[in-house]
Amino acid sequence: MSALLTVEGLGISFGGLKAVDEVGFAVRPGEIVSIIGPNGAGKTTLFNMISGVYLPGRGRVTLNGEDVTGMEPHLLAARGLSRTFQNLQIFQSMTVLENVMAGFHLKERGPVLADLFNLPSSRRRAAEAASGAIELLARVGLDKAAGREAGNLSYGALKRLEIARALALSPRILLLDEPAAGCNAVETEEIDHLIAEVARSGVAILLVEHDMKMVMRISNHVVVLDHGQKIAEGDPAKISRDPAVIAAYLGTEAADAEG
Amino acid sequence: MPELLQFLFSGVTVGAVYALVALGFTIIYNASDVVNFAQGEFVMLGGMITVAAYAAGVPLPLAAVIAIVATAAIGVAMNKLAIEPARGAPVVSLIIITIGASIFIRGGTQLLLGKQIHTFPAFSGDAPIRIMGATILPQSLWVIGGAVVVFIGLWLFFTRTLTGRAVLATSNNRLAAQLVGINTRFVMTLSFALSAGIGALAGVLVTPITLTSYDVGLALALKGFAAAMLGGMGNPKGALVGGLLLGLLESMTAGYLSSQYKDAAAFVVILLVLFFMPQGLFGRKSTERV
Amino acid sequence: MKLSPKTATLLVLVLLIALSPLLFPSGYYYRVGALIFVNAIAVTGIVILTGYAGQISLGHAGFAGIGAYACALAPVHLGLHPGLAMVLGAVISGLMAFLVGRPILRLKGYYLGVATLGFGILISMVLNNERQLTGGPDGMEVPDLGLRGLLKDAGLDLTNGQFWYWFCGIAVIIGAWLALNLFNSPSGRALRALHGSEVAARTVGVDVTRLKLQAFVISAVYASVSGSLLALQNKFITPDVAGFMHSIEMVTMAVLGGVGSVLGAIFGAAVLTLLPQVLTVFAEYEQMVLGLVMMLVMIFLPQGLLPSILRRFRRGDE
Repeated sequence: MSALLTVEGLGISFGGLKAVDEVGFAVRPGEIVSIIGPNGAGKTTLFNMISGVYLPGRGRVTLNGEDVTGMEPHLLAARGLSRTFQNLQIFQSMTVLENVMAGFHLKERGPVLADLFNLPSSRRRAAEAASGAIELLARVGLDKAAGREAGNLSYGALKRLEIARALALSPRILLLDEPAAGCNAVETEEIDHLIAEVARSGVAILLVEHDMKMVMRISNHVVVLDHGQKIAEGDPAKISRDPAVIAAYLGTEAADAEG
Repeated sequence: MPELLQFLFSGVTVGAVYALVALGFTIIYNASDVVNFAQGEFVMLGGMITVAAYAAGVPLPLAAVIAIVATAAIGVAMNKLAIEPARGAPVVSLIIITIGASIFIRGGTQLLLGKQIHTFPAFSGDAPIRIMGATILPQSLWVIGGAVVVFIGLWLFFTRTLTGRAVLATSNNRLAAQLVGINTRFVMTLSFALSAGIGALAGVLVTPITLTSYDVGLALALKGFAAAMLGGMGNPKGALVGGLLLGLLESMTAGYLSSQYKDAAAFVVILLVLFFMPQGLFGRKSTERV
Repeated sequence: MKLSPKTATLLVLVLLIALSPLLFPSGYYYRVGALIFVNAIAVTGIVILTGYAGQISLGHAGFAGIGAYACALAPVHLGLHPGLAMVLGAVISGLMAFLVGRPILRLKGYYLGVATLGFGILISMVLNNERQLTGGPDGMEVPDLGLRGLLKDAGLDLTNGQFWYWFCGIAVIIGAWLALNLFNSPSGRALRALHGSEVAARTVGVDVTRLKLQAFVISAVYASVSGSLLALQNKFITPDVAGFMHSIEMVTMAVLGGVGSVLGAIFGAAVLTLLPQVLTVFAEYEQMVLGLVMMLVMIFLPQGLLPSILRRFRRGDE
């Protein structure tokens, strides 16, 4: 099957420093590709470029054959790209249900005048979004919290809420930025299953995750970044034996121990 | 040519005042991320308190010093009573707080010192100095000189003294500054005192030319704010350039286009700058972290 | 049975507006009430812009000015009925907001504040300076709406104060209904989402530029209608309606009462409109008290008056 998302020679600099440099890989439908690397390797920056939050300095992003380099996030969303955030980006003062309903924006949006006058068309769109959102909340185990203000939820619950919101777009490719960070073993396993299940339904998944066990368990393909550059790529078994990868990780661990 | 020179003189004079107000904005903004809409009231207080003290028989230089010190004290009080307790509030709330402070100060001044328009004698007489066919008031030289002294003084303060560097460090990164043992509360107090004092000085210097009354602060605050934005918020160099540009622009508009719309020129330029260079002339570009 | 927040809010508003006159000691209070309603309409627009979408405007009085002067000028120069002039004003304000909003709304926080402020000041300068057209700072007369006469012919004889109380009261309810509809609609949700996290809103497909612009246009129309109603009921208008202080008043009323909810903001409009009436005895202290109230509420009740009061009540229940 041909690649859904292709990244070629992607790079960006902040104040002269190359945060990401010449990174390339491809993701096919139903495939789980993980990006790993030490802190500060440029994983989140890479995500931000692919999802249109940052304008890439160099390189190309192709989505389903279309060049989408530097395209605005809302246009990418319309093309089936959805994501979550490492530092949660929850709509804090909205309810849990409303957060996921916001994920249905592309399906539920309509003329603002219809919304102002509460026309039947507007009510119908909202009702459809609501029922879709409830289904998704059930899928991530948050249906009981639907009416609560999102800001009051636990960290692990918020992580799942973000996944539900991202799934509301019915994405063709889903970018997950550390979905299991800060979650306990049980929650991690739940997220683990959820991701595998989503992938089985044909969605391409690009994952940034620090939990190596999880990465090795569910990934089809792993890309390793260090200092903004791709140092290795391959299936999990190959990556875990790669000397450059081991050096990069050991190097940082040694540095951490000293610091 | 004398005409152009004339407009240049008046533009630089007014611009120097705007630059001082913009500098006041900048100092407080850097220390606390607050845009202080009461900045113009400090200028008003500088003029009005000098007027009151001078009328009470205090010699003019002493009256001016009293005004500057008193205004600085009011600035500190404002920080302690209104800004510090609201730390971390959203931008809208902070705007309302500082506008509330400005209305409060204006109301208080009106109550204590009346609604009349006041002035006091110029420092070096009223005889205009002729330069190449144009004239300039000696007081204008005081204003321009005052601004120059303040900017040089502050530059030395920020680059050469430990306290000044602490202020700079705080404006760069409050948390890091606290971690290395800088008393950031003191930095804020100092910033308000400095900013209010500078505003008051501007008021003292310019009153013999423009006259003063309890309600001159708002217009000055808006112009000073505009100048700070034009130069790039948070940058002292931007405040200086922004202020001077704004002053020149106003006097050129008044001279060559329409005196009625001289204020409009300022705001048209601000809008254009914001449209095309949202960070101002010298502002830093920030990258959102997600 | 539990009422939805929307129904409950509308019910409270209708009851307050309908029943308050029973307590009025004199006809003068109808006038004060109508003034509160005029402000309430503008403030409802601010709720949509600031409370829902999280965007600041320090220049909305400019739109009130357009609405007000449309009612003063269009009947004279275009021969338009004052009622239609109000619609024309709203259309012009909306268009103006659309044109200015496009570049302005890319800005954030203080930058957006100063850009809107600049826009408002430009409008008020034009009104002040174009004397031949607007009479300058002295203001100009506004023709009668004529509706009161029609009602009288139909057998409903209201005093001027009563007429404007009920007319503006109905306008407030309509304005609140629209704003409450928006809150729970797809567009309203998108607005609140971009308020919560702009980057997340964009990644779920919200075209933030477009939505902010919609909120800006809608709130401009509210301000414009408010200005029109003020002009029509006073039958006279000065450029102060477009002044910086009026812009600040709008934002302050909304934030003071609680910008997150329509009811809170309208409550803020009532408090701030009544304040000078209560303080007439201390007219000299009016400014100081106003400034003090602004600071104290923002420092001690940052959510605004109404939400804080309601929370106090709820805590009492437990």
